Amino acid sequence: MIVLLLKLFAVFFQIGLFSFGGGYASLPLIQSNVVDVHKWISAEEMLDLISISQMTPGPIGINTATFVGTRIAGIPGSVFATLGLVTPSVIIVLLLSWLYYRYRKLRVVDAVLSGVRPAVVAMIASAALTILLAVIFPGSDGGILSFTMSMVKSADFIAIGIFVAALVIMRKFKLNPILVMLGSGLAGFILYKFL
Amino acid sequence: MFLTTKKLYLKLFTSTFKLSLFTFGGGYVIITLMKDKFVDELGWIDEKEMLDIVAIAQSAPGIIAVNTSILLGYRLAGIRGALLCVLGTVLPPLLVMTGVSLIYEVLRDDPNVRYVMFGLRAGIAAVMTDAVIKMAVNVTKVRKVFAVTVMLIAFILGFVFDINVIFLILGAGVVGLFAAYSDRIFRWMGRKRG
Repeated sequence: MIVLLLKLFAVFFQIGLFSFGGGYASLPLIQSNVVDVHKWISAEEMLDLISISQMTPGPIGINTATFVGTRIAGIPGSVFATLGLVTPSVIIVLLLSWLYYRYRKLRVVDAVLSGVRPAVVAMIASAALTILLAVIFPGSDGGILSFTMSMVKSADFIAIGIFVAALVIMRKFKLNPILVMLGSGLAGFILYKFL
Repeated sequence: MFLTTKKLYLKLFTSTFKLSLFTFGGGYVIITLMKDKFVDELGWIDEKEMLDIVAIAQSAPGIIAVNTSILLGYRLAGIRGALLCVLGTVLPPLLVMTGVSLIYEVLRDDPNVRYVMFGLRAGIAAVMTDAVIKMAVNVTKVRKVFAVTVMLIAFILGFVFDINVIFLILGAGVVGLFAAYSDRIFRWMGRKRG
């Protein structure tokens, strides 16, 4: 049992150490380790896992670690897998934090960061637009290059309505985003069920 | 900050726990919510610093949400704060996932769950759009032309051409460096030639 727990820790440590770019970028790495090399879950279970991750809160990496850990070694397994996944981040990011707060006042560092900041806004904007397109056109994969007329015809008007209403409420009344999200979920339930 | 240490720890843990519990979707969603909480609502961190934190979180390996919470926790309450924030971020998916994997078939096949998810995702898109508008306005307040140009080019490269985030951050950093020291660089090049 202890050997298995340590193995879970080690494999997810490795996944955590080598997954850059977050979220779905790390899926191939997870798949090759968990499905192909160690055969802890099947390829179908991996697909199920991705759809569960979309329905449950939290990062997909943590979801995978928990799911696989539970499957292999119960609750201790999920804890060890998750610990393994976050340990490299804790060490590396703490080091980077320390460096950042020590040197950010330097002119060179500030120059670099002044270029990086607008780019970060652009990346968040890109993620927002990807989600928005997937919401409005449920058939699309979010990429602008794969855009076709048939997709435009499949536009989901209920989703557009909820999006616009939620955005207006956010901008006008500065309502708590969690409340806006919960309200949107409730609106979705009512509108999709009865329209 | 006028909270006692204990209250600060508690606030960090409950904030990250709540945000993680209500975050469906990728790392950028939770980053947006963290910015809403720690910059706009609590005012503990200014927006520039938050953008730096996001850039660092993305440059490091691992999960973006976890990395961001480490940086936030470290900034506000040292190493202990960082560990508490990680716990707050990791615990909700850990608990929920353990339960959900047992009733997965029910969740997958119930149309009502799907209806709520559709609505929720539209709400998430609205929350993110709102945050992007605010951030874009703030980041372009000083040195407008430079900031708008970098933002537009980074957006096109990332969204249309799918360039990896890490290359975008590195590239933007080099551009920032070049913009700040361009006069010196040109002078140096001129001297070499002359």
